[in-house]
Amino acid sequence: MPTEPLLSIDGLSVSFGTDGTRVTALNEVGFDIPAGKTVCLVGESGCGKSVTARAMLRILDANAKIDAGRMLYRSGDGNMIDLAGSATKAPEMRRVRGNEITMIFQEPMTALSSYYTIGNQIVEAIRQHASISRRDARDRAIEALEAVGMPDAKARLDAYSFELSGGQRQRAMIAMALATNPRLLIADEPTTALDVTTQAVILELMRDLQARFGMSILFITHDLGVVAEMADEVVVMYLGEVVERGPVAEIFNAPQHPYTRALLMAAPHYQSQRNARLPVIPGTVPSLSQRPAGCVFVSRCTFAEKGRCDTTRPPLVTGATDSRCFFSGEELAVRPKAEAHIAEAALPKTMLPENGAVLRAHGVSKHFVKKSGMFSRSVKTTRAVSDVSIELNAGETLGLVGESGCGKSTLGHTLAGLLDPTDGRVHLGRNGNMDDITHLPEPERRKVWQDMRVVFQDPFASLNPRMTVFDIVAEPLRVGPGRITNSKALTARVEEVLGHVGLSPEQGERYPHAFSGGQRQRIGIARALAPNPRIIIADEPVSALDVSVQAQILNLFRDLQREFGLTYLFVSHDLNVVSNIADRVAVMYAGRIVEMASTSEIYNAPRHPYSAALLSAVLVPDYRVEKLPRQRLRGHPPNPADLPNGCAFAPRCPFATDLCRSTEPALESDGAGRLTACHRRAEITLTGLKDAG
Amino acid sequence: MSASVEYASYGTLILRRFLRHRLGVVGAVITAAIYMVALFCEVLAPADPEAFNPRALYTPPQGINLFHTAADGTFEVKPYALGYTSSVDYNTGERRFETDPEQVIDLGFFVKGAPYKLWGLIPWDRHLFGPVDPDKKVFFFGADRLGRDVFSRTIHATRVSMTIGLIGVALSLILGIIIGGASGYFGGWIDVGIQRVIEFLQSLPSIPLWIGLAAAIPPTMPPIQTYFMITVILSILGWTGLARIVRGKFMALKNEEFVIAARLDGCKPTRIILRHMVPNFMSHIIAVVTLAIPGMIVAETSLSFLGIGLRQPVVSWGVLLQEAQNLRSIAAAPWLFVPGGAVVIAVLALNFLGDGMRDAGDPYAN
Repeated sequence: MPTEPLLSIDGLSVSFGTDGTRVTALNEVGFDIPAGKTVCLVGESGCGKSVTARAMLRILDANAKIDAGRMLYRSGDGNMIDLAGSATKAPEMRRVRGNEITMIFQEPMTALSSYYTIGNQIVEAIRQHASISRRDARDRAIEALEAVGMPDAKARLDAYSFELSGGQRQRAMIAMALATNPRLLIADEPTTALDVTTQAVILELMRDLQARFGMSILFITHDLGVVAEMADEVVVMYLGEVVERGPVAEIFNAPQHPYTRALLMAAPHYQSQRNARLPVIPGTVPSLSQRPAGCVFVSRCTFAEKGRCDTTRPPLVTGATDSRCFFSGEELAVRPKAEAHIAEAALPKTMLPENGAVLRAHGVSKHFVKKSGMFSRSVKTTRAVSDVSIELNAGETLGLVGESGCGKSTLGHTLAGLLDPTDGRVHLGRNGNMDDITHLPEPERRKVWQDMRVVFQDPFASLNPRMTVFDIVAEPLRVGPGRITNSKALTARVEEVLGHVGLSPEQGERYPHAFSGGQRQRIGIARALAPNPRIIIADEPVSALDVSVQAQILNLFRDLQREFGLTYLFVSHDLNVVSNIADRVAVMYAGRIVEMASTSEIYNAPRHPYSAALLSAVLVPDYRVEKLPRQRLRGHPPNPADLPNGCAFAPRCPFATDLCRSTEPALESDGAGRLTACHRRAEITLTGLKDAG
Repeated sequence: MSASVEYASYGTLILRRFLRHRLGVVGAVITAAIYMVALFCEVLAPADPEAFNPRALYTPPQGINLFHTAADGTFEVKPYALGYTSSVDYNTGERRFETDPEQVIDLGFFVKGAPYKLWGLIPWDRHLFGPVDPDKKVFFFGADRLGRDVFSRTIHATRVSMTIGLIGVALSLILGIIIGGASGYFGGWIDVGIQRVIEFLQSLPSIPLWIGLAAAIPPTMPPIQTYFMITVILSILGWTGLARIVRGKFMALKNEEFVIAARLDGCKPTRIILRHMVPNFMSHIIAVVTLAIPGMIVAETSLSFLGIGLRQPVVSWGVLLQEAQNLRSIAAAPWLFVPGGAVVIAVLALNFLGDGMRDAGDPYAN
């Protein structure tokens, strides 16, 4: 080790007490945080990443206990402090916490008080740790806000958190964390709640700040793309244990532990073969109370050896990376695999049953009118979707991408007939006709809903907790226009559908709470599949899931499409996911489609500046020494209740002209099926992912 | 354990959580006991609550003894009470009671006593506990100014007081679910109209309104009708709170993904409401209802205490407390406050039970 580490964690064990039993949350966690470097703590949910961070600051829940271990911290005055040893409220701890070690959280809206101004909160943080006057503290707060690139910092000081956009809020959080000149900044999923373009800006900001102030960063994330972008060192955690740790290049290029390898392979990204099954990690992370006796990963490991891996805990083998596995990387390369889940051969997409449109939207707009003021005098119109025309062809997957608030979910709901468009028509192709399905009476709508189903984002909120899985899946068969009245036939159909999504008939007897997020999403898919639909509108169906589970569900979508010739509208904000599953992609911005073309065309050679900016912000889970040049978007998306004149993207577009600012560009075809809504699409050259990589 | 959790229904999970809430379980046991008393008050009361006894005015409570040594030295274990000899102090006019070891009143289980009709239907004359000799009287909680047994009267009052809470809340609940449900599910001008009515009703001061309405009940009305009128009066204001809670639940659930999914599955509004929405907030409603019962009980007690609620010969805790309105009873017969103790126990038990149920209502929360 070249320099003494700033913080050295060794053998840290934490347990939680629930209902009289103690559950181990962290088991002998150990890693170093070198001065001035970024350490990324990566793993799926429930792996103990946040617990580790909270243990360092001693802000664990009351039922948690540090059972063993040391956390030696070299404080600013040169003393060594054991953060695990000093009592939680010791003055020593308070001096370190919030001063030398600060933390930023995932959700800046809840981490900032909406009761005080941003300035108030930053000044308070400064004055807690330095005895300076309110005026001086205020000056330092302005400095901190300027350092994090807050536009018009002086004015923003008196703003409340709800007056700021998501990115600005996260900047304010970082400013607050930086105001005391910390030596270690703990960032717990700081960009997970942000849009990709905002994420890219915040990550760059954090790197710049690190270069300027020289602090260490402990960066907690589940996103391998973020790791590749930010990390100097990587610590991979699984079920409360460090399974592998090492320099970022080694972790990405020569991972030793099977979990690290599987995680890297399961993450969908543009370079992975499109429309190919993703290699998945079977199963899900077990609960903490079901910690295996031997290696923690044994239940999901494809290399596990009976009698060894399931009984004895492997030692931490040091090398290029330290890995807690009996086998080295070279050994694993030649070992036979227990199951053929990993690196399954790409399945060609053969089945395209019929061509032609099954769903067509023509000039669809959805405006929400909000009346406010006494007796509804003032009226505000939110243009969520404006003049969208798209076609879904039989058997294809259309990806609908865009940042939050761009209207993609509203469009999805309008196409599904949950909302009636303010303007325009939606036609459903059935029995050779294109039937208008807008403004239908409810009974007619129910027939449409048998044909066109929806899979929801939240696998917890979308299943009725009072019904068994069987009843949930059977519901559309019991009440719909094509209802099955024969109970034997009903049971047979439900069990068949459960089988399609990989669930057993016995699991139908259980209630949703008995299932993990991924399994719940399978139940949601089974419900969609039950009445034998032709079209499935999936609204962010994998964004609430862990990386390894995401891959399982994406594979399921793909398999079902091949088997039943389904047509998907796949709504997502995640461009890596969409690149993996979609045949065509429509990019939405401020309620309009700005570009629509085949996936490879858009990803390789975007024609709309917004598509290019979006792609530039995508983080690929692939480490390279030279970071890609990224195009940073200024500002934030417009308020759909107050859209600018002309092209909605013009205020942020580096290529905007006066024409763009006055006239709205139409979505025009180039004659070869590529649609772009940009005045300058012929003049400008934009880089996609292919050119950059 | 884990396997059973996987197959457990939502209701089972709620029950399991509730059983872990110690105070809630205590409340549940006491509440159940009180309702059992209300159900079997004729059997449990040793005497007829209306039987007055000119010789026993203001008799103090008599204790139950177990170990008896007779004058001849024979010792036996049996439940018995000792009678009083009373004398009047002619200087102060005060009646004095002295226990008389000679007057042994043997007590026993399922003794013959005053005949009654259980639930007004089944004629019987057995009492769970009381003097073996039906001609003898025993007053566990003392006697009132007419020499009536306070213990028996309190037990009989339990039936009226506890059911008035239950029926009052049931009426409120029916009104609340229908009106609040319509308000929440349909929204729009229906919602606006109903909310204004609720706000108007809630702005009325409750006690004067109750007094006004109760005063409108003709004194000649038969007791049973008075009872129902009082219940209706209590519910007129009671439903508004419940309606608001139901409306809020409807509004919150209406936009839940699983309710949207039910609509997409092809469910009609009645099925969406009854199968998908109501079961998801029923546990919450039951808890709220449990917490509303004590309010009804206290309201009835207040009205009756003020003399504008139930009237003799109906006995409720409030009616009994009327006896304790004057200074003399505080000084001479503090046992007349026993029904007040019953009110406190019942209200506390129901509150504990309701709290426990509310906490258990969400089995997924920590």
